[in-house]
Amino acid sequence: MTSTTASTTQAFDKARAEGRSALVGYLPAGFPTVEGSITALRAMVEAGCDVIEIGLPYSDPVMDGPTIQAAAQQALEGGVRTADVLRVVEAVAETGVPTLVMTYWNPIERYGVERWASDLAKSGGAGMITPDITPDHGSAWIDAADAHDLDKVFLVAPSSTDDRVAMTAAESRGFVYAAAVMGVTGARDASSDLAGPLVERVRANGDIPVAVGIGVSNGDQAADVAAYADGVIVGSAFVRCLLDHAGDQDAGLEALRALTTDLAEGVRRGAR
Amino acid sequence: MSQQTTQPVQYDADERGYFGQTWGGRFMPEALVAALDELTDAWQDAMADPAFVGEFERVLRDYAGTPSRLYHAERLSRTVGARVLLKREDLNHTGAHKIRNVMGQALLTKRMGKTRVIAETGAGQHGVASATAAAYFDLDCTVYMGAVDTRRQALNVARMQLLGAKVVPVESGSATLKDAINEAMRDWVASVDHTAYLFGTAAGPHPFPSMVRDFCRGIGDEARQQCLDQYGVLPDAVAACVGGGSNAIGLFTAFLEDEGVEIHGFEPGGDGVETGRHAATIHAGEAGVLHGARTYVLQDEDGQTVESHSISAGLDYPGVGPQHSWLAALGRATYTPVTDAQAMEAMALLSRTEGIIPAIETAHAVYGALDVARRLGEEKGPDATVIINLSGRGDKDMGTAIEWFGLGDADGEAEPVIATAPGEEA
Repeated sequence: MTSTTASTTQAFDKARAEGRSALVGYLPAGFPTVEGSITALRAMVEAGCDVIEIGLPYSDPVMDGPTIQAAAQQALEGGVRTADVLRVVEAVAETGVPTLVMTYWNPIERYGVERWASDLAKSGGAGMITPDITPDHGSAWIDAADAHDLDKVFLVAPSSTDDRVAMTAAESRGFVYAAAVMGVTGARDASSDLAGPLVERVRANGDIPVAVGIGVSNGDQAADVAAYADGVIVGSAFVRCLLDHAGDQDAGLEALRALTTDLAEGVRRGAR
Repeated sequence: MSQQTTQPVQYDADERGYFGQTWGGRFMPEALVAALDELTDAWQDAMADPAFVGEFERVLRDYAGTPSRLYHAERLSRTVGARVLLKREDLNHTGAHKIRNVMGQALLTKRMGKTRVIAETGAGQHGVASATAAAYFDLDCTVYMGAVDTRRQALNVARMQLLGAKVVPVESGSATLKDAINEAMRDWVASVDHTAYLFGTAAGPHPFPSMVRDFCRGIGDEARQQCLDQYGVLPDAVAACVGGGSNAIGLFTAFLEDEGVEIHGFEPGGDGVETGRHAATIHAGEAGVLHGARTYVLQDEDGQTVESHSISAGLDYPGVGPQHSWLAALGRATYTPVTDAQAMEAMALLSRTEGIIPAIETAHAVYGALDVARRLGEEKGPDATVIINLSGRGDKDMGTAIEWFGLGDADGEAEPVIATAPGEEA
């Protein structure tokens, strides 16, 4: 970590100190363009995101629903490269918000795991979220992340056994990502009998924050999730703002700011 | 078939699914790990249970028609100067080796108490086989198929529908086989409590590469014994086509420890590897992770999967089963590309010399194996023996053959242009 890199842990601590959840916002790099994604992510930071996840577009996103698939495909068709993702990370991290990359594994293996960790740290990235590797098959990433003082955010799911929840919580740093519905990413009704108990199962293993991804798309849903989670993760709804205003950057940014404001109010309303 | 035969450790995966500590593994979302663990336990438990193994053998024998014959192709043998034996998987029910895999996985699904199966399919062969198994075992069945492929293979779509399966066209990505796999995975992550994923080849996350191999390895177990019984010798070489590699690993497994037996896999060379339009993953790909396993992958310098090309939809996949990557790295098996044109030449040759119309997938193996047979014939004489896995029949490929050869117009003046067999009079 460079001296300027914001700490994910501190961002969650700050939210906790304020008696609220953190708002974690996602957009893919290069969507709608590399510059456009920088502008959009900075707008999300200004409007109240506490932590930023930057997606690395990948040809075979098996955990993503139609909205994020469409954005990733558009980014790839626009020619986004792995090196561009680091440029977006740098531009967003400069704002002082902890900035993580969310990526499927093959582009990282291809880039070179050690080289990637080094370059991500140099760009001011705080760490990485890895939806298709688990700690028990992720030793190469764990070693590189530790060597460069990067956050390792692994996922838990309702189907995870208690042993695996414990193992994942122990191996994660920054926060644990609770994918709280059995299904791909995408806005949905954001309620689940499974989410609260999953968060509690992670908490039984220590103090690491738990952020929940459950398809939140408005402030009321964010408030519901904030009532039991340390962080509320929003992805598809942000992507949708830009997809719905394709070709009109100002309108897209306006929608992003309005959504972020609504969500930021939501995570405060849901204060525990 | 002898399911209980244990392989030497160095060829098989470790308990975490890694071949040679590198290839394979399980690069998967946590949400599916519990299901993959459950499947691994159920498969290992079933393979150690004589009742399951016996039922699997009975179903394959009575319903699918195994053991398939090992047939001495005498005319073909004369043309190459060596003994060519064809393992007639094309005579199985549904016309390919794939019935072995789906009946095994569907039987396991019943044993696990699940009520629904999903599958991906490229040309539709695995989809048809899955729909067949679902009908036999009374399971709900949904098949994901690239939208491009549903249009190209309407007949197979109709077959699946007639068998009672739901066919879902996949529009995402390149709308072909790899995207159908992605979409099946997306279904599975939301339905895993009651649904089994019948994976169509010996690829994907652990345990699929090992489990699919186990269900297909009867091909090689039978062929090895048949060769010994019929000719009193082991073959000098065995050969199969390799897309994902289920028919190939099904044949190869029985011969891995027979050091004198050459093992040859033939990959789809498309328009030629040098053109970039091919699916020769081992020959021209690089190590990476695709669909849950580390293996050779056709990818660009950023690790994005590159679209593959083959005239044969069943081989048109930018990855390959991880055990093949391991066998290639070990040098135990040799993987060589065969182009579209070479495969079509072999399709015509086998049709005219033996009266057997092979699938175009299979024709890749025929072409490559005949080169091997010619060499072995020169080295060892006419008793040199090559077993080719005749993995599927070619009825499904007649549309392609009509276009390629200019067939089907009985009143036309133009004669179809088909090469004659080497050594035969034109």
